[in-house]
Amino acid sequence: MSKAKDTSKASVGKEEGGLYNWFRKRFPWDQMMDEHVTGYYAPKNFNWFYVFGSLALLALIIQIVTGIWLTMSYKPSAEEAFSSVEYIMRDVEWGWLLRYMHSTGASMFFIVVYIHMFRALLYGSYQKPRELIWIFGMLIYLAMSAEAFFGYLLPWGQMSYWGAQVIVSLFGALPVIGEPLVEWIRGDFFISDVTLNRFFALHVIALPLVLLGLVVAHILALHEVGSNNPDGVEIKKYKGPDGKPLDGIPFHPYHTTKDVPAWVVFSMVFAAIVFFAPEMGGFFLEHANFEPADPLKTPEHIAPVWYFTPFYAILRAVPDKLGGVLAMGAAMFVLFLLPWLDRSPVRSIRYKGPLFKIALTVFVISFVMLGWLGLQPATTTYTILARVFTILYFAFFILMPIYSKIDKTKTPPDRITYHG
Amino acid sequence: MSEGVNLGRRRFLGAATGVTTAVGVAFVAVPFLASWKPSARAQALGAPVAVDISKLDEGALLRVEWRGRPVWVLKRSPETVERLATADGLLRDPESSEAQQPPYATNRHRSIKPEVLVVIGSCTHLGCAPAPRFDVGAADLGGAEWPGGFFCACHGSKFDLAGRVWRGVPAPLNLVVPPHKYVDDSTILVGVDMGAA
Repeated sequence: MSKAKDTSKASVGKEEGGLYNWFRKRFPWDQMMDEHVTGYYAPKNFNWFYVFGSLALLALIIQIVTGIWLTMSYKPSAEEAFSSVEYIMRDVEWGWLLRYMHSTGASMFFIVVYIHMFRALLYGSYQKPRELIWIFGMLIYLAMSAEAFFGYLLPWGQMSYWGAQVIVSLFGALPVIGEPLVEWIRGDFFISDVTLNRFFALHVIALPLVLLGLVVAHILALHEVGSNNPDGVEIKKYKGPDGKPLDGIPFHPYHTTKDVPAWVVFSMVFAAIVFFAPEMGGFFLEHANFEPADPLKTPEHIAPVWYFTPFYAILRAVPDKLGGVLAMGAAMFVLFLLPWLDRSPVRSIRYKGPLFKIALTVFVISFVMLGWLGLQPATTTYTILARVFTILYFAFFILMPIYSKIDKTKTPPDRITYHG
Repeated sequence: MSEGVNLGRRRFLGAATGVTTAVGVAFVAVPFLASWKPSARAQALGAPVAVDISKLDEGALLRVEWRGRPVWVLKRSPETVERLATADGLLRDPESSEAQQPPYATNRHRSIKPEVLVVIGSCTHLGCAPAPRFDVGAADLGGAEWPGGFFCACHGSKFDLAGRVWRGVPAPLNLVVPPHKYVDDSTILVGVDMGAA
């Protein structure tokens, strides 16, 4: 059979120039490098906000590699899960480092992604024609959240267990299908060994595959329309005789050399946390999770890990159960609509008017405050505060078509402004 | 280019193939989705649990596990049962009109025998376990108007000694009374309805 195949490609036969030439005649390597690396022109006025995309990629790589190593010693069963994590921490050579890298990596991934998303808000990177980049990015954020949620059950600690219990029962709020749906998700009448086993499968196989696919789509969409920049002007408008944008420089080697120091700084911060504060005072690893899961005993105070707390605060702010769940869902969903809510004629905050600047400031304060409130017990004062900030959170989006349209914007320059 | 090509026929065949495939995919999806349902083993492990209440004192709370859920058996004094009516004004559903209990427990004391309350100790808000707070008049739970009951520290929901929920708290419904029956005077079988074999 192989013989027949060889003769049919007789034309390939003898070639010049060694292994590399042999390889590139059979694989579009040069073409890929040109399209996405050395020939991809990105604006030359990028500032430090623009390193967070590549840092997110680094965080993803850290999670995948440490994750693969953790599965080698972890046992996904209710009987053994908690003790297998302790086994990793105490008995496996360097197991503690792998585990702390993975748990710290999760939080760092979210920090990087939140800053990356804030950058998009700041410079209008979601506006036409980059809507799809934003949509893919939001889907990545959703997949990441699901990934983090499924992963948090695996150590089978008290907070793992009760956090999962709270989140899964959210689906029970749906009318009619609620209860059967919850039973279907858990595969049992309570969060059990069955649930742990399937969450493990989703965490290590299904969602990582989805995430990788979405990351590819995110980058392909970005490279199709080109990167935005702090001025929010289109660099493709002015091209040199070679057809390349005058205000752009090749991603490699210029932007990669800028990204490398960012990776170094990130690694330093990452190492400092892993070695000196892996629990981050209960923010990255909650204290209650050092106690094995007990279905009969709820921890005094259940709070999700910090990256979910803004949405958790919104959930609690609504006095009605179904209403709370819908509000939380809406808080995520409304982000998808951002490209169509912003009616501003300019992209960047540099040329937007005072209304948008005030709105964005209020939004950031609300998001941070909701994040803090989500960590606190639900007292009367905190509930009222959570309601106020929930309203402000939604007001940022709902009123955007109005204030972004009537805002007094400045005229952006024709080409990028470039200092130095 | 399309000379001699019957485009209508091509479209029809394409659509027919597509529809047949979709039906096939829907059928194949069934085992994948159904495999997420509780397995035969999980269902067997969800079998009824017998509780001996012969040694239960008045005011004592017995916790047992049924289907991984905490079932509380509380023995109330006749005075406590009498007092249940006084809190009605503070409650969301004092008459137990929502189907949170079997018909045989749809009464003021929400139980078969007035003194013995059987409820699932899992908050109807998000499934936390409320803590027993039998101290009448507790200052942190509303002072004089607190008749004793259960308080959920997660999100501040309150329930009385019949598991009935307060107004204005996150929990929407009264605590669930599981199906249960008396095998004899001092043995409760949790998980089977009264009257069932």
